[in-house]
Amino acid sequence: MKEKLFEITSEPIKVDQLIKKVESRNAGAMTTFIGTVREWTKGKRTLYLEYQAYIPMAEKMLKTIGDEIQRKWPDTKIAITHRIGRLDISDIAVCIAVSSPHRKAAYEANEYAIERIKQIVPIWKKEHWENGETWIGDQLENVAYPTGKPKMEGDNE
Amino acid sequence: MITVLLFAHLQDEIGQRELKLAITEVTVKDLKQTLTESYHLSQMETTMVAVNEEYALDHDVIRAGDVVALIPPVSGG
Repeated sequence: MKEKLFEITSEPIKVDQLIKKVESRNAGAMTTFIGTVREWTKGKRTLYLEYQAYIPMAEKMLKTIGDEIQRKWPDTKIAITHRIGRLDISDIAVCIAVSSPHRKAAYEANEYAIERIKQIVPIWKKEHWENGETWIGDQLENVAYPTGKPKMEGDNE
Repeated sequence: MITVLLFAHLQDEIGQRELKLAITEVTVKDLKQTLTESYHLSQMETTMVAVNEEYALDHDVIRAGDVVALIPPVSGG
């Protein structure tokens, strides 16, 4: 099986597999970021999330982020997997693994990757609550919902 | 013919995953304008456009055979 360093999948993410992808004899540090589905956001209870991606472009953009990281932190190795489809509370939505000779670069590169994912990778999440649903449209999460509140069934818009 | 891929709320609004448009040449800006008016799409001012899987600018030209994607603000992670 060909190993993809940058992948969109509809299957549950296996963190140990990502760690394997960045293993290196030159590594003295590995960082993993695991993004999970949160139940409560600003007082609203999420039942589950639905992620959608423009898959070929999303994988290409993940690769672009990998290239940017190679330029900024040349000795790192990085793998990113993002899951799409229906995800329940506590499911893993995204995992980023970075290995590096020293820990500082591994931490920095990993944080850089998640920030860039939220800026350029064409993936969208739809939040489902007990009484409504909406696509979340603000990648920087400054505003939880575009209208300032979740769209309720029966709202006129 | 150009293909326009739709995602997130835009897909819900149109009720389709893609559109086939009989256009031979159009700028990104003009295509956004046309689609916004024809389909009453919301939040198009914050929607980006990708042509053949690369982000495009307003003045870029889309030609027959291109695959265009409307990219609302992303929310991965």
